[in-house]
Parts: sequence; structure tokens; C-alpha cells
Amino acid sequence: MEQLKTIGRELAMGSQGGGWTGQSKEFLDLVKSIGEARSKAEEDRIILREIESLRRRIAEPDVPRRRMKEYIIRLVYAEMLGHDASFGYIHAVKMTHDDSLSLKRTGYLAVTLFLSDDHDLIILIVNTIQKDLRSDNYLIVCAALTAACKLINEETIPAVLPQVVDLLAHPKEAVRKKAVMALHRFYQRSPASVSHLISNFRKRLCDNDPGVMGATLCPLFDLITADVNSYKDLVISFVSILKQVAERRLPKAYDYHQMAAPFIQIKLLKILALLGSGDKQASGHIYNVLGDIFRKCESSSNIGNAVLYECICCVSSIYPNAKLLDAAAESTSKLIKINPDVAEEHQLAVIDCLEDPDDTLKRKTFELLYKMTKSTNVEVIVDRMIDYMISINDNHYKTEIASRCVELAEQFAPSNQWFIQTMNKVFEHAGDLVNVRVAHNLMRLIAEGFGEDDEGADSQLRSSAVNSYLRILGEPKLPSLFLQVICWVLGEYGTADGKYSASYIIGKLCDVTEAHLCNDTVKAYAISAIMKICAFEIAAGRKVEMLPECQSLIDELSASHSTDLQQRAYELQALLCLHSQAVESVIPLDASCEDIEVDRNLSFLDSFVQQSIEKGARPYIPEIERSGMFSVSNYTSQHQHETSSHTLRFEAYELPKPSPTPAAPQISVSTRTTDLVPVPETTYYTENNQASKLQPVLDASSADHGIKLHLVGVQKKWGRPTYSASSSTTSSSEKKTNGVTHLDGVSLQSQGTLYDSKGQQSEKQKLAASLFGASAGKTEKKPTSTQRAPKANTATAERPGVARAVSPEISKQKAASSPPPDLLDLGEPISTTTPTIDPFEQLEGLIGPTPGPSTLDNSVTTSEQKAPDLMALYTDTPPSSSSSISSGLGDLHSADKNSPMAKNVPSIKKGPNPQDSLQKDATARHVGVTPTGNNPNLFRDLLG
Amino acid sequence: MVRLYPNRCQLVGSAFISGFLISLVRSFIHFVILISRQGKVRLTKWYSPYQQKERSTVIRELSGLILTRGPKLCNFVEWKGFKVVYASLYFCICIDPDDNELEILEIIHHFVEILDRYFGSVCELDLIFNFHKAYYILDEILIAGELQESSKKTVARLIAAQDSLVETAKEETGSISNMISQAM
Repeated sequence: MEQLKTIGRELAMGSQGGGWTGQSKEFLDLVKSIGEARSKAEEDRIILREIESLRRRIAEPDVPRRRMKEYIIRLVYAEMLGHDASFGYIHAVKMTHDDSLSLKRTGYLAVTLFLSDDHDLIILIVNTIQKDLRSDNYLIVCAALTAACKLINEETIPAVLPQVVDLLAHPKEAVRKKAVMALHRFYQRSPASVSHLISNFRKRLCDNDPGVMGATLCPLFDLITADVNSYKDLVISFVSILKQVAERRLPKAYDYHQMAAPFIQIKLLKILALLGSGDKQASGHIYNVLGDIFRKCESSSNIGNAVLYECICCVSSIYPNAKLLDAAAESTSKLIKINPDVAEEHQLAVIDCLEDPDDTLKRKTFELLYKMTKSTNVEVIVDRMIDYMISINDNHYKTEIASRCVELAEQFAPSNQWFIQTMNKVFEHAGDLVNVRVAHNLMRLIAEGFGEDDEGADSQLRSSAVNSYLRILGEPKLPSLFLQVICWVLGEYGTADGKYSASYIIGKLCDVTEAHLCNDTVKAYAISAIMKICAFEIAAGRKVEMLPECQSLIDELSASHSTDLQQRAYELQALLCLHSQAVESVIPLDASCEDIEVDRNLSFLDSFVQQSIEKGARPYIPEIERSGMFSVSNYTSQHQHETSSHTLRFEAYELPKPSPTPAAPQISVSTRTTDLVPVPETTYYTENNQASKLQPVLDASSADHGIKLHLVGVQKKWGRPTYSASSSTTSSSEKKTNGVTHLDGVSLQSQGTLYDSKGQQSEKQKLAASLFGASAGKTEKKPTSTQRAPKANTATAERPGVARAVSPEISKQKAASSPPPDLLDLGEPISTTTPTIDPFEQLEGLIGPTPGPSTLDNSVTTSEQKAPDLMALYTDTPPSSSSSISSGLGDLHSADKNSPMAKNVPSIKKGPNPQDSLQKDATARHVGVTPTGNNPNLFRDLLG
Repeated sequence: MVRLYPNRCQLVGSAFISGFLISLVRSFIHFVILISRQGKVRLTKWYSPYQQKERSTVIRELSGLILTRGPKLCNFVEWKGFKVVYASLYFCICIDPDDNELEILEIIHHFVEILDRYFGSVCELDLIFNFHKAYYILDEILIAGELQESSKKTVARLIAAQDSLVETAKEETGSISNMISQAM
């Protein structure tokens, strides 16, 4: 409130000072009224009104440019507050074309804030960015580079790549730095497109400007994470840089809170941790400088602790060195600021953290407890965890903590009873958040027992499970997963110990389906359970009387919409009519653990088949022979061929050469003829070519089918899980130390309150004793941490390795399956086939009514097929419907066979058929849009 | 009809590959937002891809989470499997759970100190009325979700250069447009 008053006062006094003079009164009023809005609804109203007026005014003709700039800023404001200002995007794009830096910068700012990298307008900005990257004014170049980082997507990278690479050698360090970052971004978006430029990063590492060097560490960190071994040679350079940083050789401007360039230090330490991990020789170089940093770090400031933490992570990740480990341990205790000998205080600190009001601390504590769980303290810890799990609402964390409870219980359970009780609790409270696998594990565990050959113990386990489940069934609202487990166990073992009668259990199972609003899966489990119990009864020679509720359940299910439920109901009815011996062999008692051997060849049918054939039946023809496999592979290769020529071209269109000499090399066709100097031209060409060569491969792999294209978009938005899976390779010791730092930061505060009440104290001590064991202290905690550290290290070392091993293989396969990318694919549309002929003449010939003889025939058929194919590509319907007609098949074949041939034998024909491409162009124009191949949604919208 | 099947297999395979590629387009820092004590948004910058709808939910959830935290609690919250570091009237930065949160906390301070230097003891008002300038400064410090410059002086110098050039450009374009209008 106070602040709002200040705003009002200052505005009334007009004391905005120098900074705010740029804006008009309207804008100030807008901001002010937003500031005074008392509710979100009021704020929304104001913004909606503002958007309406902007929509009107921005479309007026001849808006002065300064005014337009303000409109754009107001749009940014509206968008920032969560409203849609998409009508103004195009104006922001237009503003980037402006010559004045001020307007251009505003345009770029708005565009980077408005557009996501897959927006359709991006293509309109690429040209501006290209132009600005060539500007003499380094500030314009900077603005363009910043925009490029945000906006340039996988498809448009080739358009700006050569210029960005050139800028790496720009005289201004700010430009070099941004160029490095832009290149890094490109690498993140599409590693293949810049893979040939990675050496540039190494070069920039030696840049004179520490800012550029610091920026280079970001891409190098990513590269090293992906592939450690290729960068081992850089260890010495990194170490010497770190040494210089630590010795304060960098300019004073990089100091931060009396630390020498801490952010650079942190990045270097992260890199060294990767490089030194599991490598004795590399680690040998690192020890010295790490020791220095340990000595110089002070733990009085946040940033000092940040560096120290990174140091400790590094020490624990590289090849172990006793001295450094000691130093790390000492620093940890320095961080803790508590005498490490007094282990009990740590324990109490941990207990305190469990009751801390700060949720973050609680979670960290549970993380710590999870790591130090042993069979002696598992009961206390899991109980605490479950209590905490019940108390929170955050589903994400609930899932995590539930899975941890399950894991600990499976690993350390002291008794079967306890295990089942714990699992019951977890299921009851976390419910469907628990992984299905866990439920299956529980069922298997109950069925198999704990692996001992003690039948008595197993049956005891089962009956205790049955008892507890019968009790739990009385409670309202059980999660479906838990009900499934209950049904299964009751069906399998409900009557096993003879304590409960079959009708009692069946009655309970019927209740399950009625009382709990359950889904089909639970119903299926329940009816199967009833079937099993009936079967056991019949097999035992007892008569099964049908309860009325059971009968009504069967009736209901046999009329169910779910065919699965129906089948189960009918099976049960059929089973009830069978003879006891037959029933016993259909559903034997306690046979859930027995393996069922499936005869895949159906050999028991052989005699029947033989008989039938003898009687004159036709033999079976395998599916593959019936349909002709080979057409499929051809079909896909055709698609790859087609889409690879869809990439956009960003170079200026070449001037048509009236009559090039036949001796002129083929290459000159696609080079830019606007360049007058021949030598740089070729270098430009080769570089560009490398990039373009990679581009089609990528496209072919990521864009060979319409449906798949759509998937790409989806993955982009939800691509997180895959990444997090690969990034979860952190050493667990890291987390642990992390936990400790938090704990002890608080233990300091809480110590005061700790000694207040003796009664509480002793209770806590008891809890501590149960957690840590009677005499357990630091001494016992430490070995677990060190044991875990190397384990985690091997994991980190291995996992990326696996990922690496997989990915090149796949890419190789991909490369093998896709046709070799044609060099001329990029310069697609009008690449002349025979340079001696005037291209225009040829064009006329193609369009004109007098076509050439055989080649044209061929291309006409292909283009005919291409037209529906193109449509199919974007409408998501598999093209097989049109092309699987048997008569069309032959044509398709011949066409398909021809097109790869033409590609593979460059002497016959280079590049795609001009007629073909013309036709395609025409189709595209007919559709109204250039098929970029990366924007399936757009096409879906257009084509319905 | 039969040929659909092998196609779909291939489709799954390549979807995996493209998923692998796209998963790399993620930043060290996922987003930066600045919310006021009243939960009003002052600045947002998204480095990882978020839809407009997701953005609103993120802001709503985070402001609910952070504004309700007591003053003596630590500067880090865990949220949906990410870690959010916040400081000084709620500059919030979202990172992966295993990144160094102290470093991020100091990056926030670094940013605030630069704002301080630029505006002269920055207050919320400065950011409200000059949010685009705050964006420019942020663009000089963080780019594509990574810290690009850790020297305050360098950043200040660049921003000053831009500002002065903007001023001169303004004058120049003014005179040029005058000349053009006269010539026409």
C-alpha cells in the first residue's frame, strides 16, 4: 500500500526524473491504474480496455514511428500481464526493419518476448537479422545476435550461421561474446548443424577478453557433458585459467563481493569435475589448483559458499585424493560451523529440520534421511515419511516420496507384517500416484513370499495380508490401484487359510464393485477374484451357492459396454457349470507363481492343419508374402526424398545466367553470383555446403512423414521428461552435502530454542537415537556417504556413455536408410540440368503444351502422385489409402525406382527434376503456402 | 492397409530421435520472473519453451508459493521437480533441482546490483515505468538462459553505449526525416 501511495505521489508531483521522459501520459496512466488495481479482475479489465484501444490505433495508417514504439511497449506490458496481444506481433516484426537503433531495439525486444521459436512470423525476421548481423554498428549487431539466440530455430540456423561464425572474430568483445552464446544456442537446438564449428569454441577459450572466455565456458560445458573424452586435452588449459582466476589475474571488474570472478570459477569447477571424473591422470592436474581454492575460499558470504560447494562437488567427482577429501570434509564442517566431533548436535539438527516450518528444509531433510536409511532405522524414517506424505498436497512430491517409501520398505523391511502395513498406508494415501509396477511387485511379493523356503511364514504373510485388507475395505474411498491389489489378494488367498468362508469373501468382493465408485479395471479384478474363489470351492468338492448380489453383479457385467468385463462374466458363468476336475485344471489352487508356457508355434494344431490340407483346404500364406513388403521400403524412401527438398533457402536468388560456358564447373550454379571476389566465394560455398549437407540429413530424420512431423511439435512442448532423465546423472553425494548445508544453517538458529525445554529435548534425543543408532554419529554417517559417492560416479560415467553409444548408432542407421543428401538439394527450385541451355527456354518448354518424350511421362506420373501425397502429408491421413490400390502399385514402383536412381547417378541428372519441382511449387502455391515441412499445424488448419 | 504397420514402427523410432534432439533445447535457467509483493508481474523472461497458458499457470502457482513464505525461510523452493531461487522482492529464477542454488542467488544479486548502478538505487517504480530497460539489462547479463557476463562494469558500459547511441540516433533520424520531408 505504502508503495502505491508513493507511486501516486510521485506521479502527481511529476517527479519522474530523467528516466521516464520517453513515455506519454497515457502510458504512465495505464501503469499507474494497473498499480492501483485492487484485484486481478480489475487489472484484467483495465488491460482489456487498453488492448482494445491499441488494436484500433495500431492499425491506423501513418502512425508516427515514435508513437508506434510506445504502442509496442504497451503491448509488451499487456502480454507480460498474461493477455493476448498477438494482433500486434506483425507490427513488432515491422519495427525490427527500422533503421533507427532505438526503434530496432524495441522491435527486437518485443519480438523476442512475443514469439516462440516455432512461430510463423520468424521467417519474416530472419532476413532482418541477416542484414543486421552485417551492420557496421556493433550495437545493432549485438541486438541482432540477442534476437538470434531466442528466435532462430533449427530450420533457420543455416541462414545466419556463416555470419555468426564470422562475428566470432569481430573486434568488439561484446559481439564476440554474443556470437559465442548464439552459436551455443544453435548447438543446443540442433547439434548436427554446428558440429563442424566446434573448434571455434576451443579457439575462443583463449580470447583476450575474460568476458568472451567466460561465455565460451557455457558451450564447452555442454559439449564436455556430451562427450568427455574428446576434451581431455583441455584439462591443462582449464586448470591454468582457473589458477589465474584464483590468483586474481583477471581485471578487478570481475570481482564479486571480494571473490575473484566467482561465476567463472564455478563454471570451471563444473567442467573440471566432468573431465576429472574417473580419470586419474586428468585429476592429477586438478588437485593442486583445487587445494588453492579451498584455502582461499571464505565461507562468510553466499558466493564463497557457492564456490566452496562447487569445489566439494568437484573433489567428490574426480579421482579421489585423500588430502583433498580431508580438505573437503573440513570445509563441510567449516560450512556447518559446528565442531564436527559433536555428532549429536547434527542429529538433533536433523530432527529439528523435520519440524521446521520451511518446507524446503523438510524436503532436504527427508532426502538426507532417505540416503542414510538402514535396516535399523527404516521403521522410524518410513513412518515419518508417510506422515509427511499425508500432510502435503503437492502431487509431484507426493509421488516421489511415495516411491521412496516403497523403495526403502522393499529394501530394508524388518518384517513381513510391517511391510504389508506400510504398503497399505502408502497405497491408501498416495493412491493412484503410486507406480503400477509397485502394485504388481506387492502382489508378487505376497504370492512368492520373501524368498525363504518356509511355507508356514509365507502363508502367515498371506493371511495377515488378507486380514488387513478385509479390515481396510470398510473404509470409504480407496484408490483404484489399491483396490486392484486387494481384489487380487482376496481372490487368490481369501479362502486359503480356511478362516473366512467363500461366500463371505465373495460378498466383500461384490461390495467392492458397488461401494467404491470404481473403474472397469477394478471390476475386472473383482470378477476374476470371484471366479477364482468359486473355482477353488468347486475343486474342493464344495457346492457354491450364488449370492444374490453376486448374481446381479454377473448380470450387470455381462451387459457391460466393456467387452473384457463381458467376457469375464461369461467365463465365470461357464465355469460354474463345469465339472470339478475340469475346473481344477482350468484354475489350479495357488498357481499364480507358476510359469505358463505358451506354445507360440501352435504345434498342437499341426495335426488338425494336416488333416484339413489333406481334405483340400488351402495352405496359409504369411502376411508378408500376401502384401509385398518391398513396396513399403520404397514408399518411405520416396518420402524422404521428397521432404529433403522442402528445406528453405536463405541465400539470395542467383541471377539467371544467359549462357554459361559448358566448361564452367557445376558448383557455380548455386553460388551467389553477386559476390565479385572469387576466392572468398568458394570458401563461403564450402562452408555453407557443409552446413547444408547436414541440414537435409537432419530433416530427413526428423521430417519424413506428416504424422511424425506433428509429433515433433508435441515433443518440443513436452520434451522435458527425456531431458530430465538424462540430466539426472548427478552424484547422490552432491545432494547429500547439499542437505547438510541446509540443515546446519538452520541448526544455528534453532540451537537457541533447542535448549529451552528439556522434556522436548529428551524426546528428540530418543528420536535421534532411533534414527542414528545408539552410538552412531558422524563416524557412521560418513562411510555411507563415501560409499555412495563412487557408486554415483560410476553411474555418471556410464550413463552418458550409454546414451552416446546409442545415439550415433541410431543416426548411423538413419543415415543408411536415407538416401545420400544431394548437394544441390538446397538450391532446389531452378537448378539447371544442362548449363548450355537457356534456363528460361527450358522453363517455357516445361510449361508449354509440347512436352519432351519419355522423361516427361515419368515425371508426370510422379507429380500426379505427389499431389495427393503432399496433401496426405499434411492432413495426417496415411497415403496408403490412395496408393495401395493394386493398379496404382506398379506405377508407384517404377516411379520410386527411378527417383533414387536419378539421385544416385549424378552423371545422368543432377538435382531434383525441374519439372517435378515446378509442379510441386505450383501445388504449394495452390495450397497457398510454401511447404516448410516444420509447421504441420498450420497446414492442418488450412487443409482441414 | 498392411503397409501402415511398418511405417508406424519407423515413426516411433524417429520420434525418439527427434525427442532426443529437442530435449537439448533447454536452458540452464528456465525462466526469470519478477513479481511484486502484491503478486503483480513486473518482468518475465522465458528461456525454455512455455506456452502462454503455461506461463500464466507458472506465475500464478509460483506467486502463491513464494509470497506466502515467511520472511525467515530460505530463498529456495522446490516446485514441480524444479528449484526456484528467489530474492529481494521476488526476482525468481527457475533451475533444475541439481544446480547450484547459491550461484543463482548471487546471479540475482548481480542483476540487482547492476540495476542499482543504472537507476541509482533501484526501486520498484523504476522497474515499473522502465521495464523495457530492465529487459535490455537482463539481456546483457543472461542470454539463452546462461550467464554471459559477470563483470558489472562491462554491462554498464554496453548499456551506456546503447543509450547514448539511441539518443544521437534519435536526433539524427529527427533531422534526416525533416530533410526528407522537406525534400518531398
